[in-house]
Amino acid sequence: MSDRASVLYDIPGPKAKRLNLIISVLFGIALAALVWWVLSILASKDQLESAKWSPFLEGQNWTTYLLPGLWATLQAAVVSVIIALPIGALLGIARLSEHAWLRWPAGVVVEFFRSIPVIILMLFAFQLWFAVLGVSSPFAAVVIGLVLYNGSVLAEVVRAGILAVPRGQTEAALAIGLNKAQLMTIVLLPQAVTTMLPAVVSQLVVIVKDTALGGILVGYVELRRAANTSASFYGNLLPTYVVVALIYIVINMSLSTSSQYLERRLRTRGGGGRMVKIDDAAQNDLMAARQRVEVVGVPGVDEVR
Amino acid sequence: MDFSFLSDPRYDVIGAFWLTVQLTFWSAIGSFILGVLLAAMRVSPVPLMRRFGGGFVNVMRNIPLTLIIIMMSQVIANQLGVRLATREAGVNPQAFLDNQNFRLAVVGFILYTSTFVCEAIRSGINTVPAGQAEAARAIGLTFTQVLGIVVLPQAIRAVIAPLGSVLIALTKNTTVASAIGVAEAAVLMNTLIENEADKFTAVFLVIAAGFIILTLPTGLLFGALAERNAVKR
Amino acid sequence: MRLRKIASAVAGAAALTLVVTGCGSSAENAVSSVTSAAAEATSAAGSVAADATSAVGSLASEAGSAASSAGSDASSAAVSATSAGGSAAAGNSKVLTDAKNGKLVVGIKFDQPGLGLKNPDGTFTGFDVEVAKYVADQLGVPADGIQFKESKSAEREGLIERGEVDYIAATYSITDTRKEKVDFAGPYFIAAQDLLVKSDNTSITGPEAMAGKILCSVTGSTSAQKVKDTYAADVALQEYGTYTECVEALRAGAVDAVTTDDVILAGYAAQYPGELKLVGKGFSTENYGIGLKKGDTAGTEAINAAIQSMIDDGSWKKALESTVGPSGFAIPAPPTPGS
Repeated sequence: MSDRASVLYDIPGPKAKRLNLIISVLFGIALAALVWWVLSILASKDQLESAKWSPFLEGQNWTTYLLPGLWATLQAAVVSVIIALPIGALLGIARLSEHAWLRWPAGVVVEFFRSIPVIILMLFAFQLWFAVLGVSSPFAAVVIGLVLYNGSVLAEVVRAGILAVPRGQTEAALAIGLNKAQLMTIVLLPQAVTTMLPAVVSQLVVIVKDTALGGILVGYVELRRAANTSASFYGNLLPTYVVVALIYIVINMSLSTSSQYLERRLRTRGGGGRMVKIDDAAQNDLMAARQRVEVVGVPGVDEVR
Repeated sequence: MDFSFLSDPRYDVIGAFWLTVQLTFWSAIGSFILGVLLAAMRVSPVPLMRRFGGGFVNVMRNIPLTLIIIMMSQVIANQLGVRLATREAGVNPQAFLDNQNFRLAVVGFILYTSTFVCEAIRSGINTVPAGQAEAARAIGLTFTQVLGIVVLPQAIRAVIAPLGSVLIALTKNTTVASAIGVAEAAVLMNTLIENEADKFTAVFLVIAAGFIILTLPTGLLFGALAERNAVKR
Repeated sequence: MRLRKIASAVAGAAALTLVVTGCGSSAENAVSSVTSAAAEATSAAGSVAADATSAVGSLASEAGSAASSAGSDASSAAVSATSAGGSAAAGNSKVLTDAKNGKLVVGIKFDQPGLGLKNPDGTFTGFDVEVAKYVADQLGVPADGIQFKESKSAEREGLIERGEVDYIAATYSITDTRKEKVDFAGPYFIAAQDLLVKSDNTSITGPEAMAGKILCSVTGSTSAQKVKDTYAADVALQEYGTYTECVEALRAGAVDAVTTDDVILAGYAAQYPGELKLVGKGFSTENYGIGLKKGDTAGTEAINAAIQSMIDDGSWKKALESTVGPSGFAIPAPPTPGS
């Protein structure tokens, strides 16, 4: 294990190496103790027996419960994104309009739906769908709830993306006589799309996680709830939840890595090279995107190797 | 629109939102502390800590909060028998249940939200110019001193706005506690819709208003704080 | 003068119908307001000759059907039509017509063990399923001619009204509000609310004994609240999203009892033979019936006869024993269908 240099600390000398080693060992012991404690409790409750874990080798478990649940989750997520993107784009563009009568209502709509939890939106959408169409459709409720919320979030992404296009583009377009609509559709939006793409993909992670909300009160049989039914059938709640957690981690991590890959590839293309960076911390709420477009590329303390 | 259910003594709107506020408050404090610890671990010279911090953050961020909260209640409390409150014999266990569920929910929120606080602070650390840390090292400060005296204060000041949005997200995420029976706003809305199904729009507007009252001022406050405390460079 | 009164009454009824449906209120409100508007119209023209009132009545009934109500009793013509049709048997009955063609669509629950459950291999088991199959058999449709459709609680009336199912056997309690929209055959089972506890639990003998204990139920369900309000104000309520979670909590010892209809509890108990048992002290009864299209008297009679024969030849008892028996559920006395 080579010792790296970092701005925060020197390459460790002998004393520091010893200190690091001691701390490592102590931390490692503490971690191991925690893991051992958890495993012993699990073992005493018979959670580590193969009978609890073997249902995952049964194809029927997967085909009846888990895979349909996973499919339901992905369906809801993809349909929501497909519907939310155009709505978000329209709202975002409206928020950039010069006309106050367009800007203000769009702003109110975006702020309103971003301030409300997604579960509340799903509950409302469920009742609305039932009242209007007489059919209770958890899928529609989940999709509408997600669209209402993420449409507003994506509106901010689109707004940030359009603002990230260098001013020169706008000036040149106006100089050759394009009107506002042409400016938006021919010049700004196409360029904004490349800057927004990583942010949209990482928002997809949030959407996939939020589909699980549909399983609580609205009754949508997504992966978590399907796993619950499976666990009830096979009597193995803890192993099922661990496996489901792993599935979610795999899906979301691959989405995140593809988002980072997209960001890297699109950043190195020619042009202004500015990306809409969605604060990882603000993934659930894009207030950061509203505040400013972070110009990425300045090496910070943690990134200097 | 008929808002008569507001005066119905069966529905405690203020109480439900008070519970939301309490959940947010305790989770926020816990997440901040744990988040700072995680961030420190992720930039520390100890490789094991770095790896643990990175692993913990990546695992917790990618699991839906719903799953975390439900696992806290069903697996950790029910199956593994972990008790976070005391049950007194012979007394109505409702207080025990409420406390237990509340604390389970708070722990779940802390585990989840601390990862976002950690990422926020880490990106804040990245905004501190390398020169600051180099100068601190040049005058002989140790790692913890560099972090504690020079870097973190500037980092946190730089990320007040993202931390504000994490707080707002946490406020909205407390509705997930409805999965384990904590009587906060989402459970209230569910009950109201069951009993007063024809007034569901009015119910929605009331609950929405409650959350807007909680989140909008927080957003404005943190925006103002961020402006005031921004490090001028 | 007379004509003006009638015209204004009809205009009022039509306007009221339009306003009511335009506001998107439920069909029930539309029906009641149309019938009350029609009643006002008929009373306004009360002293007028019979042909004038029937003219008002038929116009109001057209408005009523435009408001998609299931039946408007403002028109005597409609009443005579159903009584003529009733004796024509299969001609008007969707159930009987479909049975003649050998295909029936039956609504059941897919997620209630012991009553209506879709198994991992795609088959269906449960008491409701057995009753549905027996009735279909009596109507001349073999088991493979039945298509089972999931009927969630809130959409049962809608499924019947739209003709998407022939009949529904899905823990469907007979209530007066529902009778306005659908017809009920049966009851085929009288369920009571009960408590599910661990087999070795001797302290809980009834709802009053729940004082100081933890009771689990599903979010939004009224069963747990009923226990608290009527029997034991000192009970603690734990709510989860599904009964599955409640049963898991009960098995783990985190809650002391789960409450809902006794036959539903028996289904969950049967999943874990020997571990769980019902307390056996039922309270607050529910009559389960088979729901079918409103006005289908021939179908209702046929299904009532089928249920009666199921009770008489012992299959009713056998079905209960095989589906919910393993939980130790005490088979009750059969009800009288058509009561």
